[in-house]
Amino acid sequence: MPHRCPTTESAPARWLLIGLALLLLSLFLLLPLLAVFVEAFRRGAEVFFAALHTDAALSAVRLTLLAAAISVPLNTVFGLAAAWAVTKHRFRGRALLISLIDLPFAVSPVIAGLVWVLLFGAKGWCGPWLAAHDLKIIFDVPGIILATVFVTFPFVARELIPLMEAQGNDQELAAVTLGASGWQMFRRVTLPNIKWGLLYGVLLCNARAMGEFGAVSVVSGHIRGKTNTLPLHVEVLYNEYQFSAAFACATLLALLALVTLGLKSAVEQISHQGATRRT
Amino acid sequence: MKSIPPLLTAAALLLLLTACGKRTASGTTLLNVSYDPTREFYADINQAFAKHWLTTHDSAITIEQSHGGSGKQARAVIDGLQADVVTLALAGDIDEIARRAQLLPRDWQAKLPDNSAPYTSTIVLVVRKGNPKGIKDWGDLVKDGVQVITPNPKTSGGARWNYLAAWAWAAKQFDGDHARILAYMTRLFKNVPVLDTGARGSTSTFAQRGIGDVFLSWENEAYLIEHEFPGKTDIIYPSLSILAEPPVAVVEANAAKHGTTAAARAYLEFLYTDAAQALAAKHFYRPRKPQSAAPDAVKLPPLPLITVDAEFGGWAKAQATHFDDGGTFDQVYQPEK
Amino acid sequence: MHNHRVIPGFGLSLGFTITYLSLIILIPLAALFLNAGGLGPAEWWRILSTPRVLAAAKLTFGASAAAAAVSVGVGLLVTWVLVRYRFPGRRLLDAMVDLPFALPTAVAGITLTSLYAPNGWLGGYLAKWGIQGAYSPFGVFIALTFIGFPFVVRTVQPVMEDLGSELEEAAATLGAGRWTVFRRVILPALVPALVTGFTLAFARAIGEYGSVIFISGNLPMKTEILPLLIVSQLEQYKYRDAAVIAAGMLLVSFTLLFLINLLQRQLDWHKR
Repeated sequence: MPHRCPTTESAPARWLLIGLALLLLSLFLLLPLLAVFVEAFRRGAEVFFAALHTDAALSAVRLTLLAAAISVPLNTVFGLAAAWAVTKHRFRGRALLISLIDLPFAVSPVIAGLVWVLLFGAKGWCGPWLAAHDLKIIFDVPGIILATVFVTFPFVARELIPLMEAQGNDQELAAVTLGASGWQMFRRVTLPNIKWGLLYGVLLCNARAMGEFGAVSVVSGHIRGKTNTLPLHVEVLYNEYQFSAAFACATLLALLALVTLGLKSAVEQISHQGATRRT
Repeated sequence: MKSIPPLLTAAALLLLLTACGKRTASGTTLLNVSYDPTREFYADINQAFAKHWLTTHDSAITIEQSHGGSGKQARAVIDGLQADVVTLALAGDIDEIARRAQLLPRDWQAKLPDNSAPYTSTIVLVVRKGNPKGIKDWGDLVKDGVQVITPNPKTSGGARWNYLAAWAWAAKQFDGDHARILAYMTRLFKNVPVLDTGARGSTSTFAQRGIGDVFLSWENEAYLIEHEFPGKTDIIYPSLSILAEPPVAVVEANAAKHGTTAAARAYLEFLYTDAAQALAAKHFYRPRKPQSAAPDAVKLPPLPLITVDAEFGGWAKAQATHFDDGGTFDQVYQPEK
Repeated sequence: MHNHRVIPGFGLSLGFTITYLSLIILIPLAALFLNAGGLGPAEWWRILSTPRVLAAAKLTFGASAAAAAVSVGVGLLVTWVLVRYRFPGRRLLDAMVDLPFALPTAVAGITLTSLYAPNGWLGGYLAKWGIQGAYSPFGVFIALTFIGFPFVVRTVQPVMEDLGSELEEAAATLGAGRWTVFRRVILPALVPALVTGFTLAFARAIGEYGSVIFISGNLPMKTEILPLLIVSQLEQYKYRDAAVIAAGMLLVSFTLLFLINLLQRQLDWHKR
């Protein structure tokens, strides 16, 4: 009787595969992350903190937070509405609608910036009208927010649609039978079922909103202390030979990434436990 | 159809209502849209000018800065970046703003002294310490095994000066024989391993990443590299280069809208004062008034300089002949088959 | 058909979805097509068939496909290890996979560049082997693989977790070796997920900008990608050309997405 289980590999093969995966991932993921911190502290902690404490850096942080604070809630509400419409109902053109919701995900960030320039730029569609009314969108905060909303558009919806699709409508139908109103049903039945997926989507949406580069770079105008987001500020510093300062600001973004990942695994952990307890 | 733009804008604005709280800046604010290698220079100028303005006008002035490749910056202004003044790498880019967006008159270059260029510069060759490849002049750039770093002339102002300087040398060398000049330029660009979009990108590539043997650079940027990366590079002055005149101009339509015309004009006129000229010298530009440079400023050696007007018939013509689609750069930069 | 309308909120949610979708996505994209659509097909063809656009397209699609293919290989290995084995640090590894999702692309760009530049930690080693890391098509490929490979892991992972062991046991009982079981039993079940992962990674890679511009060196005809070409056209005031290239990319992206969704529906249909 061979003592090994027939549906797994021999121990050496197993450890070889694990070792290979670990090696690849550390070379590929851990090393870059490490490099950010090493480069940031290359000239000492003083330079690091000085870099974060300039007016330009602080205003970049503020703008980044503002852009995220507006685009994430908007896209969360949209994600909920879209998932509700698409998964709880059947209608003509549903497949097309799902594809359209996914569309920004496959649009190059550069194009996401370009479309706003074509619409609201001085030479664009609405440009002359905007100029006549002294409204600024492109090369100002609104343009940056629009670009961010565009690129983060599908994140929540993408998480919710498969989830709600898989859960089906049975519980909602039961709630309706018991006389629940639409809002009650959403709050009491649907929301508890999707809360972890929703949170997950919001986290990813937020990470992307704060980290977006290509789209905002097209619409920003790069005015120091005014229309530079944190990723753009990193680029500016990088171009001013302040490599340590650039990487110092990059660590903020890397930390954001790490927090996102931490929260995400926490969410997975909790939702997984919840799921096993229920069954 | 007519009602679509306002409707659309209204909807977008509704979404953004929270975002655009009115900024109430005290005093005047100017936006200076400039090109890549002027960051450190204008940081100093802005401080000096703000002090000057405070003493003469008894009110505060803030100057906001935006930097990037010259062409990219001009494009942003055309698309509506609200620059009060532009300080770009070459007259051609400001011409484009005048031509495409009519934000300033066509004869803008006559509004200020010295072709509206308060300081000049030139193109030099930056090599690794000790000049291991023995680069002396433009002719050495096409040798086998020499890697040349320059930004892309299509997007970078500095790169266009580089290109024209090399061209002018070749024109002199080969007595204006067009075929041989083209052959030289083609070999030159065969030796270019990285073509960044702006001068700053190229500097990083050469100085920080250690790529290439010789870097075609603004003179001021070359000295800045020596300052930032001490002991790593040498500056080689070629036998012939080009007089680079980075011009400045008030974007009159924008300034009028912001009510900053007087301040914008004062800002640019300030560049011609002794104080500003000294700062230009400090940042390794060639001031129009060399006597105003501080005694300890680096003495930039004289060298034979050709001008775009005399050699190439002005920027409009140079742009059309060399850098527009189908121009000589497109012929030079061909795919390897 | 009737009972579907039992659940309330159809009109409201669909109305909001479509309005918001139109405002944020469709109308702006329509502006792009209007801008490009003013030109006839001959003009389109002229712009899209210039050597520079063709070279950029070749690099963009080629490097994206290569990156997605490698992502499938690496992703399969990583997923396998994550799902099948238990070892210390597995949870951490699992969380790390999402790093490229969460790390801003600009940060990824400058970091990968500093690692793979000839004077960087990894670039030095590569140089000894005669490989240029950063500033080469290989650099573009590295950045795109970094961006793309979590897609493969995250698409394959749930499918592999759901894979029952019955078939494997049956195959083993019939005397099949482990490799044969993998090749003939497990792999076929994973193929649809792998294809979806490949397509997602591919679609994402085509549009990627932030990480690539730092590492590519941006040489026209050699390491210039399509999104950078769009920016570069804009900087030369060629709005039409930029819009046409963007519209072309968009059509490809949308086709890809549509195929993914079709594929996923096919998969769901098989499951039932």
